[in-house]
Amino acid sequence: MDPETLHRFQFGFTITYHYLFPQLSMGLALLLVLLKTRERFFGDREAAKAAAFWTRIFGINFAFGVVTGIPMEFQFGTNWSRFAEYGGGVIGSTLAMEGVFAFFLESACLGLLLYGRKQASATLHWASSLGVCLGAWLSGYFITATNSFMQHPVGYVAGGQGISLSSLPDVLLNPWQLWAYPHVMLGATLTGCMVLCATGAYYLLTRRHQAQAQLYLRLGLGVGLAAALGLAVPTGDGMARQVLQHQPGTFAGMEALFRTERGAPVALIGQPDVEKQRLDNPIEVPHLLSLLTYQRWDAEVKGLDQLPPEAWPSSLPLLYYGYHIMAGLGTLLIGLLGLGALALWRGRLWGSRLLLWGFLLALPLPYIANTFGWMTAESGRQPWVIFGLLRTADASSLQVSSGNVLFSLLGFMGLYALLSVLFLALVSREVERGPETEGY
Amino acid sequence: MGWGDLWYALLGLMLAAYVALDGFDLGAGAVLGLVARGEKERRLVIHSLGPVWDGNEVWLLAAGGVLVLAFPRVYAAAFAGFYLPLMLALWLLVFRALSIELHHQVEHTLWRPFWDLAFSLSSGLLAVVLGAALGNVVRGVDADADGRFFHALFTDLSGDPPLGILDWYTMLAGLCSLAALGVHGSLWLNWKTTGTVQARAARAARWLWPLALLIFAALSLATFHVQPLVPLALRIRPWGWALPLGALAAAGFSRWALGRGREGAAFAGSAAYLLGLLASAAFGLYPALLPSAGIGPALTVANSASGDYALRSALYWWLPGMALAAAYFVILYRSLPPKFNED
Repeated sequence: MDPETLHRFQFGFTITYHYLFPQLSMGLALLLVLLKTRERFFGDREAAKAAAFWTRIFGINFAFGVVTGIPMEFQFGTNWSRFAEYGGGVIGSTLAMEGVFAFFLESACLGLLLYGRKQASATLHWASSLGVCLGAWLSGYFITATNSFMQHPVGYVAGGQGISLSSLPDVLLNPWQLWAYPHVMLGATLTGCMVLCATGAYYLLTRRHQAQAQLYLRLGLGVGLAAALGLAVPTGDGMARQVLQHQPGTFAGMEALFRTERGAPVALIGQPDVEKQRLDNPIEVPHLLSLLTYQRWDAEVKGLDQLPPEAWPSSLPLLYYGYHIMAGLGTLLIGLLGLGALALWRGRLWGSRLLLWGFLLALPLPYIANTFGWMTAESGRQPWVIFGLLRTADASSLQVSSGNVLFSLLGFMGLYALLSVLFLALVSREVERGPETEGY
Repeated sequence: MGWGDLWYALLGLMLAAYVALDGFDLGAGAVLGLVARGEKERRLVIHSLGPVWDGNEVWLLAAGGVLVLAFPRVYAAAFAGFYLPLMLALWLLVFRALSIELHHQVEHTLWRPFWDLAFSLSSGLLAVVLGAALGNVVRGVDADADGRFFHALFTDLSGDPPLGILDWYTMLAGLCSLAALGVHGSLWLNWKTTGTVQARAARAARWLWPLALLIFAALSLATFHVQPLVPLALRIRPWGWALPLGALAAAGFSRWALGRGREGAAFAGSAAYLLGLLASAAFGLYPALLPSAGIGPALTVANSASGDYALRSALYWWLPGMALAAAYFVILYRSLPPKFNED
């Protein structure tokens, strides 16, 4: 295998694995603030118990997020040194801001939240949950801003060896970022909510911790339904408009729209065949893409045929599947959460074992949707690492041989397999112990 | 003096903060086997680090971010060139973080001893790796015409080209770091714990101090031999002698305070010693960030700093950001109990 493929595989593998943890950390941090607020200012005993329980899970999840996150900051240099050298003058700012503003706040407040129960006052303890949430969400802002620059570069000037920053506000308030950030954070919130719902459903199905379980489901359903709707409209819609405007080839690739069409459809099922430029066995909703994109039944949507071949996305099938899996699961989750909310409103949720089973089995779905959302963003940008400026093929570290990358890749695979076992064992143990027992 | 020179100093400051802070939790891990016997004592050591170790490690990440910001070329060349040791260091960091965070999760006769051992080994090895990393930077790298290089883990250990990550000089630097951080960790435990753990930590610090200084003396002599930039810098700017001499004075003060039972002062003294070591290294290499022992040029402030706008605008957020970070650390450390107890 050539070094570039291995570099890409290692980065893709480590970032995909890493993001399983922060999405729950960011979502759960917000829900923890809500619970801690009810505990501190409304004297809610159930919320206090729930906050203590979810803080324990949060602590485990956060630790795994940290240990899998550190390799990410290293790999920009170890594996993508030509990218770091070319783009560091711009993305260095957002990466450094993440460390300075987000990581310090997050880690110091987490120390207080996890270990400060005995020492810290109730108000300081509440404030530390707020600090952890703020830190996690700021971290999300800066890293998404870094990615938004790679998708739609703004606020830079090109020089001899690379690019340099010309406007920090432009980079931080990149129009792409203003849609990507809320979209990413709502995705994380949805994961947090679905984890709460699944845990609540599990307890109700096994007839344990009923009061706690109902609290998790009420909170998860309420916030989760809002997040799931917000993921579609306005943020998903806004995101799609950014792609259409700044990466038209990516937009056509997401739908595998090889030919320009009036009244273009949305494919529900179908496999893109790039060589023959067609979609196999398509099941389509006619006119829907025209309607969604231009609000007109017969609007013309530009296909890949209007673009020169070098502007085509180079990972089209992955892009197409990524987008369809994300959007499909998002729609499914809106349906499930809507049904759950309806049953809750009619007072029937606690007795509906079918719906509770649905929430339990839906646990992996938000993780898959978030993962494939990022696959859409990252494969959609290919063959560019910084869109229009630097190709992925020109970004990897030339000094590092394929044997060395394979060595580290195998190491990461082994290590992360071990991490998976530990994480699942520890979290399921915590869930089995339940919210009634006092933590460490 | 330009913006790049200012960021050279600020980056050094952040790295120094990292070494002074994460240094004590790495050191405490490295001396775990010396100061703690049995389950309860080891738990006390780890308990005294639990709330702070993660925040301490963030200084490394924040400094890494600032390196990308200010000197992207150095970050790119160094991280790719030191590929293998960095991957190994990453895995050690992963194991170490797991051992602290997972240690208390399960009550089982095999679980805790396993993570205790993992914690101690990974901490000690990381202390060596950090020192060897600094040794590699001071010795210089085998740069090609573009300032790029790739080093194998070791070659013939001679320190002459072809260079390896490990040679006699970088191993000596690793030992210097292990001893210095061992002292620092022992002094933290002496300050923050009670009972037999404290007594053993004090004893360890008493005999580790002279050992650490002996290795430091050997390393200083070796540095003059290995990296001619250092004696040159001292000849041009003789005030620089104040830095290593200040480090020695801090070490002497720390040892004196330890004998007098002034635990906090002894810890502060060893923190100042570590600051002095890093300041000496930064002074000796300036304006180089990555000296060259090969055919290519060294990476210096002049040929690797980011554009002026990036460096200037960063100062506007870096200063308030660091003030905030300092405030979190004051709140966090003040919320710690004066002494951790076995419970």
